[in-house]
Parts: sequence; C-alpha cells; structure tokens
Amino acid sequence: MAITQVSLFLMNQPGQLVDAIGAISYAGSNIRALSISETNDFGILRAIVTNTDRVCDQLKEKYLVTRTQVVAAKMDDKSGALYPILAALNGANINIEYLYAFTGSGPDEAYVVLRVNDPEMTEQILHARGIDTLSDENLNL
Amino acid sequence: MSRYYQQEIETASREKILEIQNEKIVRQVRHVWDNVPYYRHLMEEKGLTPADIRGVEDIHKLPFLSKADLRDAYPYGLLGTDLKNCVRIQSTSGTTGKRVVAFYTQHDVDLWEECTARAIVAAGGTEEDVLQVAYGYGLFTGGAGLHGGSHRVGCLTLPMSSGNTERQIQFMMDLGTTILCCTPSYAAYLGESLAERGYSPEDNRLRAGIFGAEPWTEEMRRDIEAKLGIKAYDIYGLTEISGPGVAFECEEQHGMHINEDHFYVEIINPETGEVLPEGEKGELVFTCLDKEAFPLLRYRTRDICVLSRKKCSCGRTHVRMTKPMGRSDDMLIIRGVNVFPSQIETVLLNEGYTPNYQIVLDRERNTDTFDVYVEVSANQFSDLMSQIQKMEKNLEGALRTMLGISPKVHLVAPKSITRSEGKAVRVIDKRKLHD
Repeated sequence: MAITQVSLFLMNQPGQLVDAIGAISYAGSNIRALSISETNDFGILRAIVTNTDRVCDQLKEKYLVTRTQVVAAKMDDKSGALYPILAALNGANINIEYLYAFTGSGPDEAYVVLRVNDPEMTEQILHARGIDTLSDENLNL
Repeated sequence: MSRYYQQEIETASREKILEIQNEKIVRQVRHVWDNVPYYRHLMEEKGLTPADIRGVEDIHKLPFLSKADLRDAYPYGLLGTDLKNCVRIQSTSGTTGKRVVAFYTQHDVDLWEECTARAIVAAGGTEEDVLQVAYGYGLFTGGAGLHGGSHRVGCLTLPMSSGNTERQIQFMMDLGTTILCCTPSYAAYLGESLAERGYSPEDNRLRAGIFGAEPWTEEMRRDIEAKLGIKAYDIYGLTEISGPGVAFECEEQHGMHINEDHFYVEIINPETGEVLPEGEKGELVFTCLDKEAFPLLRYRTRDICVLSRKKCSCGRTHVRMTKPMGRSDDMLIIRGVNVFPSQIETVLLNEGYTPNYQIVLDRERNTDTFDVYVEVSANQFSDLMSQIQKMEKNLEGALRTMLGISPKVHLVAPKSITRSEGKAVRVIDKRKLHD
C-alpha cells in the first residue's frame, strides 16, 4: 500500500534544479512533496508526484531516476502529532533513513513521508495504532 | 669538506669516460646476450650479435626496451642472473596495474648507493651531517636509495620514511638534521608545518635538501629554500635503471649530472626513435653499463628533456640533463607516485562502473590534490545518501589499493563529464609543473 517516491540524482550546480522541476512539470505532474539532500558535489531530489509512471518515463531519458516505496503516514496538522508515529516505529525497532512532511488537501491534515527498510511492516504497525497511510491510488485523486 | 665522493671518475676527461663506457658496454651486451633470452631474441630479430657492439658508437643499433617489455617479461623475463645471486627487489607501479619489479645483486646495490652517495656529497654532505630520509621506505626506491648513499658518506642517517609530520619535525629539531631527503612537495609541506609551529628558518640546522621523484619548478625550489633556509638539490632516477641517483644536481643547480660511468644516455625523437644531437629536446633513453641482475639496454624512460655537455663550474665532467619537461606517454606523477589513467579505468570496470571518468590534479599548499570524477549509472543510483557515499568510499579504497595513493572520488551524473569532439578529456592537470 506504500507510495512511490521518485528520486533524481542532480549535480550541485546552478540550473540543475530548475531544469528537473521543469521536466516534472512538462510531464503534467503535480509535486505533492519535495525534499533535497546535498553534498558539495551532488544532490538527491526526492519527490512524491502525481502521474508517477509518466514522470519516470520522461525523466529517465535525461536523469538518473529511481523509484522507492515509502510510507506516507497521515497525521493532524497540530503540535505533537508526529511524536506518536515515531514512537510507534521506535518501539518496533524500525530505523528511519530519512523523512519529510507535507500538508494535505483537507483542513488540519498533514503527512509524513518515511523512508524505511520494510514499508509493509511499517504500515502494519501504524495501522494497528489507527494511523492511516496513503497509497498511490488515493495520491493521484 | 670534500666536494666529490669519487673525484677521479666524477671529474674524468671526456676521453676517459668514453674509454670506460666503451669497455663496459661490450661486456654488458655480452652479459645480456648470454643471460637474458628476451633481449637476445630482440637482438636476433635485428640481425645483431654481441660482436656488432664494439663501443658506445654502436649502441644506436640496439633495440629499445619500454615499459611494455617490462610488463610482457614480468616478473623474471629480463633477469640477468640467477635469483640466488640477487639480494633485493624494488618495485614501482606499471601500466594496467602490472608492477615493475627490478632485481639487484649486491654489486647492483653497491653501484646504486655509490650514485646516491655522489649526490649527497654534491649537496655538501659529509660524515658530520645528520641526514633525514623522509622518502618512503619499502618497495619504493626513494627511501632505500638515499639511505644507502647516506651510509656510504657516513652521515648519521635518520630512516624516517614518509609521513608522520609530527615525528619528522620532532626528530629534525631534536637531533639537528642538516640534510633532508624527500619529495619536493613534502619538503614544502614540512616548511609550512614548521612555520605553523612558530619555527623560523633560523631555528633549524638544515643546510641542504635532496628532492626528487616528482616534477617541481624553479619557483617551488625558491619557495622551499626560503621556507627551510636551505639549498635545494634535484635528484633523478627510475627503478628500472636503479633508482634515485641516476643523475643529480651539484651546487650550480643547473641541470643534473648523469652518472655516465654507469649509465649511457641518449636523447631520441619519441616518434621515430632517431637519436638526436646534444641540446635537442627529446625522450631520455638509458643503457646500463655494468648491472648484473636487471641490465636494461636502451630503456625508454618516456621523460622528455635536454642534455648539455657545457663545462660545469663544479668540476664534474658528466653530462647534465634538464629536469624532465614532460612525458611522451600519459603517465602522471602524483605525490611522487606514478599513475597511469588506464589503471583507474581498470579499477572502475572491476568495480562495476562505466569507464567515464576524469582525473583532476591541482596543487594546494604545494601538495598535489587528486580528484577522480566518475559517472554513476542508472543501476547504481540509490535514493539513500549513505549508500552513495559508501560507494565513493569503496571506490576510493579500490583505487588506493591499485595506485598506492588515495584519490578523492566524486560520483557525478551520467554525461556530465566534459567531452570535446566526442572524446572525453581524461586528465585535467592544473599544476604548473614545468617552467
């Protein structure tokens, strides 16, 4: 049920980011969430986008692209909402490689994107505690 | 203070040197013919027998040897005596990762040490001196060569080997080193490190330095001399021929005297192999005159330089060579280590990378920087930063194992390495190594 994240390898140079975002836009996709981590030489752009397949197909001509299954856990857009999610995963000894968050379309609705080794088990743990997660299907709505 | 280690031979007349060379070459060619089937075969292909070589004027008839021959004949193919007569090997990296292994009998070690002793005395060394060898010890000829020469001269020898700057400085200051032997870039680095610790050039007892194994400029010489308060002497050599000391500088600091009683030198056109007259720029070729274990004849060094027989005020009569002005192949000398781009390519392919790479060399604080940019391919890309950094570290380790020095690896996007006319530029050398 996890969602697909698209990652791009970009050089840490002027013009790289704007070109990549332009290419995603050209694929008719909406970027729901975006995160970049960088070194002196390169950066990795990670995004949750609509029309994932089309984005990947068009971008792989020009970029290194990889798809990764990540978990997008729903939470309230209010103080303290992230804590129970992380505490649940910590209790189950699940290591988080990285995370980033975005606000949802509904009022007071937010999502945290979690990169973990085992997305399926992570979702099971979250669901058992009544925490909803997104799937590719409801992302494209 | 004696100015020469072996005055008679170092100041012998041109006629005398030719007489010695003529006598030695006949014996050396006979020795090779009798003991090195690999070279005997090369001679036979040219229809030569030892009888055709009656003196140095016939050397030009002999076939060349190159690094490719050393690779083909690895390890024993060019050995000129029984292994039981050999006492030592030294080694250096070769093309495509095959090492060059040179063998020495005790006679060969003695001959080599005699050459480095001449270099040390030419730099003013006597038994009063404290000589610090900060060249690497081990397979590299730098440490062993200067160490042996230092013993010959009777200097108090500090066998430091390379690295560990803290300890180098401690011994230098506590034991009053007077002569420093290392690569020029390390000498400059030591100079800076001394200054950082608050020492001025007057605080040390150093008088001279003997620096080689990598290209350096006149500007760098002045810089080192000022930083350390010394006179800096250049030394030249290569493992294939013996090691450092094939040629060395005298107090004139104007070209290096080649030890012509042991090595016959020619300058050739690297394209045609034709021997060029004195004063013309070309590739340096050496013929050993009295080696036993590794008697290479007409070995092409790939170093480009010029010879001069102009009279030298030091009194030495042996021909002088300029610093190498470049290479006739693609070998790079990085921090004193020989590196061929093909070695890097081999590692990349072994490690599952595409051979799309670029080497960038520069000099920071007189030390070479060595960066390798490598294009990542789609199947290697991960969304995890830690994974990509691990790939860089692993590749750095594999390159270090192959080359003996550590580059900084940078993974870059496909097709991001500059290509000119479709051909990738493999090496960008920003160091200004030649005047």
